[in-house]
Amino acid sequence: MRDVAIIGIGHTKFGRATKMSHELFSDATLQAMDDAGVGLKDIEALFQGAALPGFEEGQVMPAAFSAADLNLGPIPATRCEGACASASVAIRDAAMWVGAGEYDMVIAGGVEKALSMGTSYASRTFAMACHAPTEGPVGLTFPGVFAMAARLYSRNYDIPLDTLREKMASVSVKNHRHGALNPLAQFYKKLGDLKVEDVINSKFVADPITLLDCCPFSDGASALVLCAAEKARKYTDEPIYILGMGQGSGGPLSKMEDLTKPVSRISSAKTAFKQAGLSPEDIDMLEVHDCFTIAELIALESMGFFNWGEAADATADGQTEIGGKIPVNMSGGLIGKGHPIGATGASQVYWVVKQMRGEAPEGNQIDPVPEYGMTDTLGGDFGTLCHIILGRSKRKK
Amino acid sequence: MEKELREYTVLTHAEYEEGIKEGKLLGLRCASCERITCHPMPVCQWCGGRSLERTELSGEGELTTFTVIRVPPEGFEDDVPYIPCLVKTKEGPCVVGRLDYDAERASQVLISKQVKMSGAYTHKGDKFSGGTHTCPVFVVVE
Ligand SMILES: [Zn+2]
Repeated sequence: MRDVAIIGIGHTKFGRATKMSHELFSDATLQAMDDAGVGLKDIEALFQGAALPGFEEGQVMPAAFSAADLNLGPIPATRCEGACASASVAIRDAAMWVGAGEYDMVIAGGVEKALSMGTSYASRTFAMACHAPTEGPVGLTFPGVFAMAARLYSRNYDIPLDTLREKMASVSVKNHRHGALNPLAQFYKKLGDLKVEDVINSKFVADPITLLDCCPFSDGASALVLCAAEKARKYTDEPIYILGMGQGSGGPLSKMEDLTKPVSRISSAKTAFKQAGLSPEDIDMLEVHDCFTIAELIALESMGFFNWGEAADATADGQTEIGGKIPVNMSGGLIGKGHPIGATGASQVYWVVKQMRGEAPEGNQIDPVPEYGMTDTLGGDFGTLCHIILGRSKRKK
Repeated sequence: MEKELREYTVLTHAEYEEGIKEGKLLGLRCASCERITCHPMPVCQWCGGRSLERTELSGEGELTTFTVIRVPPEGFEDDVPYIPCLVKTKEGPCVVGRLDYDAERASQVLISKQVKMSGAYTHKGDKFSGGTHTCPVFVVVE
């Protein structure tokens, strides 16, 4: 495989959008192309993450219409769907095609208009990424799945549920602190001084998960220009290299051995580390899939950054803040920045690249700039997992 | 021709749901590893074995975890609050269902309690669900 670099990045404001999905995606893509200094003719293929466009705007096959909206000509345009991990699946597939030598330059990203659906309909359509035959009739929701995981975490590691809830709340406090500093975040200038008690005392969505344990529904898009590494310096002095990628699949909840140790995530992260020739100790920053506070803890343990059952304490101790063992979600994460599900994986990569360029918002920038960063994106109830490891220099051969 | 038309499903999902409605938790016994697969799959959920035979589970097990849904998806408004649960059956496989218990009294002490299947819950479905679907309901064995 050839090395692949990111040479341009784009990101719309997350929150409520009046524009349609294709407009949001085109905005993000054109930003990325302008950032890279490339033209329409340079783009050979498009990979778009979009989870629920049919339910949001009655649009299937959105990738083709996005290519058309950008006047990219008859190039191959493919929608990638892995629920909330859709954009990471798109980026991984795009990077494989470039790595394989089929294309030199492609667009990869994602888009979603979930906030516009409203809570009831959005919850219904999000729950479609649960196992429809067995979890559908139960009326399970994603907050429900992670509430079940939180109760099991409490039991497995013998942490009283009330104590665990306080530690979970510290994830929301941290991520909102950084989301409030991020101008593109849904909660920019909001909830920045959230307290643990606020999270615990907000209303239950699915016991013990409260509203402030949850990420919001969001509209937004993010896109990247991927380029063969050998050609990247033609366009930018600061290409960011894709060093390793992983993808894993899970299944119905009932077939999982342990909700708190998702095999799909463990396997995907291992693949990415192996490909990059790196281990968790080498990574300087993370953007992980904090769809719910407990989800961030499970992610950190499954990826190998903390021992099983220790991420809760570590987070409450500030080990995942700037200056701690490993800064996590300095963009605000899904909780503070918002979660337009089909766009999230690209947004995570966007903020790793921003950090590596030293362009993260004041208060969120890690100093010195990170050498290695990693994203973690989760779709469904551990059904699709993706990891991408990025670096400021090429993979060591 | 017969070979080309071969199907691999020993127990269909519809038959599994029908069983639940009749108070039976149906599964498949694997000839290779002798373990039980439930809900049904075309291959053994443990070893991938292809030689499967229908069997009935006891419906007894242990409550692995649960939650109380307060904010429902569209179509479940009338059920709130309700308790989805994960049960590890005596025979080995886990099953997702509903727990029949007072939602306002449901607390962490329920976890690891013995439960047994007590009935079925059939959701009316919506235009996305391909008809109605049924899940098992469990009660705590006091
Ligand atoms: Zn078997």
